[in-house]
Amino acid sequence: MKKKDLISITDYSKEDYLRILELAADFEKNPNQRLLEGKVVASLFFEPSTRTRLSFETAINRLGGRIIGFSDAGSSSVSKGETLHDTIRMVSNYVDLIVMRHHLEGSARYAAEVADVPVINAGDGANQHPTQTLLDMYSILKTQGTLDNINIFMIGDLKYGRTVHSLLMALSEFEKPIFNFIAPEELAMPEEYKLFLKEKGIRFFEHTEINDNINHADIIYMTRVQKERFMDPIEYEKVKNVYILKNNMLKDTKSNMRILHPLPRINEIHPDVDKNEKAYYFTQAKNGVYTRQAIISHILNLK
Amino acid sequence: MPDSFKKKLKLKVSAINNGTVIDHIPSENLFKVISILGLQKVKSQITFGFNFESEKMGSKAIIKVSDVFFEDDEINKISLIARNAKLNIIRDYEVVEKRVVEVPDKVIGIVKCFNPKCITNNEEITTYFNVISKKPLDLKCKYCEKITHEHQMVIK
Ligand SMILES: [Zn+2]
Repeated sequence: MKKKDLISITDYSKEDYLRILELAADFEKNPNQRLLEGKVVASLFFEPSTRTRLSFETAINRLGGRIIGFSDAGSSSVSKGETLHDTIRMVSNYVDLIVMRHHLEGSARYAAEVADVPVINAGDGANQHPTQTLLDMYSILKTQGTLDNINIFMIGDLKYGRTVHSLLMALSEFEKPIFNFIAPEELAMPEEYKLFLKEKGIRFFEHTEINDNINHADIIYMTRVQKERFMDPIEYEKVKNVYILKNNMLKDTKSNMRILHPLPRINEIHPDVDKNEKAYYFTQAKNGVYTRQAIISHILNLK
Repeated sequence: MPDSFKKKLKLKVSAINNGTVIDHIPSENLFKVISILGLQKVKSQITFGFNFESEKMGSKAIIKVSDVFFEDDEINKISLIARNAKLNIIRDYEVVEKRVVEVPDKVIGIVKCFNPKCITNNEEITTYFNVISKKPLDLKCKYCEKITHEHQMVIK
């Protein structure tokens, strides 16, 4: 049987998404299910990411699995110049599943070809981070009760932000989403994604500032505007305070509206939003553990 | 074409009995074509010439390979660097078939991914692209998922 690696969100079908979201809801009700008893999972973080690693390792622990691996390449044989190929070949002999994060793009796809066991991509450079997308979808489903007819506002860095690109692709599989993009010109949604939406006949709108346009939103998806993305530091100074969400902007937004953010944030969501019941980003992170339990179970056919 | 000129051309590149003539190769890519087709390993007689004048392309190269007939997927590999290459299939000194090369749907090896952060540029890995547009040529890397456009193409 073909192994079910998860490298790119587009590797999976709508049926896979729905199956994983259903399992995630089940794990939320009952998080401790020892389905991974007697199994070993490799957690290979060639590039450090404490947040993602802890989420995965919690998920594995709650499933009763054991973990081997490293939290940054400096403490592993990789620092002695071993190739990715050799590291994966070796580890793949020891374990039932590999979770990996690497700074080079395409590293996870390559590892999946080399390994005999399934590989989950926990981020390959600026390319893909599919488990983030699934936990975003789970958060939308949980707060809206559906993934159909969602009006979503994506705000901030829409050019380099891999999470918004993957979420756009995934939501496009569902009924009549409406996309609204708010970004500075330098960080606008790339043409290829707008073309993709046009070809699928999906509506989208572009704006340059946050104003009462957000009153139509079911979901506001905030991302960081990072200084290092700008060629010209003056350009960054001009836009860095334009895309900040503050509590007083939310008073006329819909009651079902929820704010998501892949975290960590810098200043794009003012701390005064945190108390608002519409702030969902910390719960979103918690949903990540259930979603990752679901993904692992789906891949290893545990349920 | 005057007969005297035809004779001269024959002298330059001798005729073959059976085999394949690949014409209209850009001169500067002759050795890359030889290497892509693995002609250095062929045991039969091969003649090639380059820096021939060509009205269409300025300077062209020709390869004549005796007793070798290429499969489509094999010969199409050279389409990336010899876009206008033409094949004459020779049997018993007669041209029995003429073919042009076509850009394939997948390009394996040959081209480098333009993305310096791609794993294929950092480890010994054969590149693999899906051709998403043939004209202009756009290649989508299977690994980093970035698109290498024609003007960014570098042959390995
Ligand atoms: Zn690449």
